[in-house]
Amino acid sequence: MNERAMVVVGAGQGGLQMAESLRAEGWTGPIRLFGDEPTPPYNRPPLSKAALSGESGPEHLVIRGADFFAKKGIDLATGTRVAAIDRAAKEVVLADGSRVAYEGLALATGSRARTLPLPGADLDGVVTLRTLADALDLKARLATARAVAVVGGGFIGLEVAASARKAGVAVTLIEALPRLMARAVSETISSWYADLHARHGVRVLVGTGVTGFAGEGGRVTAVETSAGPIAADVVVVGVGVIPDDDLARACGLACDRGVIVDDCSRTSDPAIVALGDCATRRLADGSLRRLESVQNAVEQAKSGAAWLMGKERPFTAAPWFWSDQYDIKLQMAGLSAGQDRAVLRGSLEEEKFSLFYWREGRFVACDSINRPQDHMAARKILDKGASPTPDEITDPAFDLAAFVRAL
Amino acid sequence: MVEVVFIEPSGNEVTLEATEGWSLMQVATSSGVEGIDAECGGSCACATCHCYAEGEAAANLPPPSEGELAMLDNVAAERRPSSRLSCQIKAAPEIEGLILRVAEVQS
Repeated sequence: MNERAMVVVGAGQGGLQMAESLRAEGWTGPIRLFGDEPTPPYNRPPLSKAALSGESGPEHLVIRGADFFAKKGIDLATGTRVAAIDRAAKEVVLADGSRVAYEGLALATGSRARTLPLPGADLDGVVTLRTLADALDLKARLATARAVAVVGGGFIGLEVAASARKAGVAVTLIEALPRLMARAVSETISSWYADLHARHGVRVLVGTGVTGFAGEGGRVTAVETSAGPIAADVVVVGVGVIPDDDLARACGLACDRGVIVDDCSRTSDPAIVALGDCATRRLADGSLRRLESVQNAVEQAKSGAAWLMGKERPFTAAPWFWSDQYDIKLQMAGLSAGQDRAVLRGSLEEEKFSLFYWREGRFVACDSINRPQDHMAARKILDKGASPTPDEITDPAFDLAAFVRAL
Repeated sequence: MVEVVFIEPSGNEVTLEATEGWSLMQVATSSGVEGIDAECGGSCACATCHCYAEGEAAANLPPPSEGELAMLDNVAAERRPSSRLSCQIKAAPEIEGLILRVAEVQS
């Protein structure tokens, strides 16, 4: 009766994967999956896309049906917050004070949307987008909005801008940095996307700082910016996330803007793993890298589950990401930050091209627009540690598929 | 409802009633059909919901889009003429009885 459970805190895609992987790895004891949102695990990426346009309702986003949890013996508790971790007793403490003893513990607490500590930030109509509830709220607001301002030209901001344009709403996008998606892609891609959004009627303001929000009767009416006031009755703030490492810090796990983990998802306590947005990974050179992606959450979950079952199975695959804006698919393989050489493959005019990147002579990343074959090839090349030359990549006759097959 | 059959990599057959308009990937993952990863949630960005379309109803499937074909070129398991990404197939009356054999590996 007092059998210890595998406890997973956080019921997003990563937490769900963790619970499933523990079963797949052979854990036959209880699995307790705690989520503080009211909904069972759902796909978060569509929240800024299909969920806003109405193509996907909540029922489409939920990953597993109710029967599944019973079938797998996963005890899912939604709307349940874990308040503390007692590492000495190996117990988690729920918000109602009850305790659950754990054999192994996985932290999949995710992240929360950053807000701007500016005057007027609490006005009605100034919103962030992180949860299904946020998306449903924003969708309802877009239905009656006259003008939307999006603060932040990263993936979330740009996807929201595209969704709002699809809904026929006027959109102004405000980015503080000189270019869009500056953390993720190269200048060529940034400027191509600025043009894309302009063509779809978005007013794109880069290099523009936000100083506050103006309102009337408690409702937002404008964003105050370095380029003057921008009228808006809905303002979506998409300026990144804060990793939710509160529980980990409170119980003394090593953290640095995220729970520090190794490539097996192990924290500084061998009985505790962490994964996904809340985890920051120590790399071989000692630096820390935190990624916000489905792949990262899923693969860290698989590695973490293996470790909790006593197996070392490091996650080493190259990172990959995607973003859907309008009818354009952007797929990213590897990390292009710090690249010193970029070459083009394909055609900008046909809206089918990739940029391949090198750093100090090594191939490090590839951004593809409507060229999924390049993206998939780049992932395989990165996983194998191979490095085609820039001359090969720019040669239209170079058979990339054959190069990959020969690896 | 549209009846579709999934054959898991173990050989286990799972018959499901699919709501019209749902993608067969969603139908499968909702019930926990083994072997479908579907990491991108149906965006045709990851090629981890690879199946082989079999049975008479396979002839009634709309052909894969250019984007799906490009992803199919890079699936982890063997690419066959019957290869499809289940996220790109919507449940519809004409595919009643479709059999989707889940690929052995997805990544």
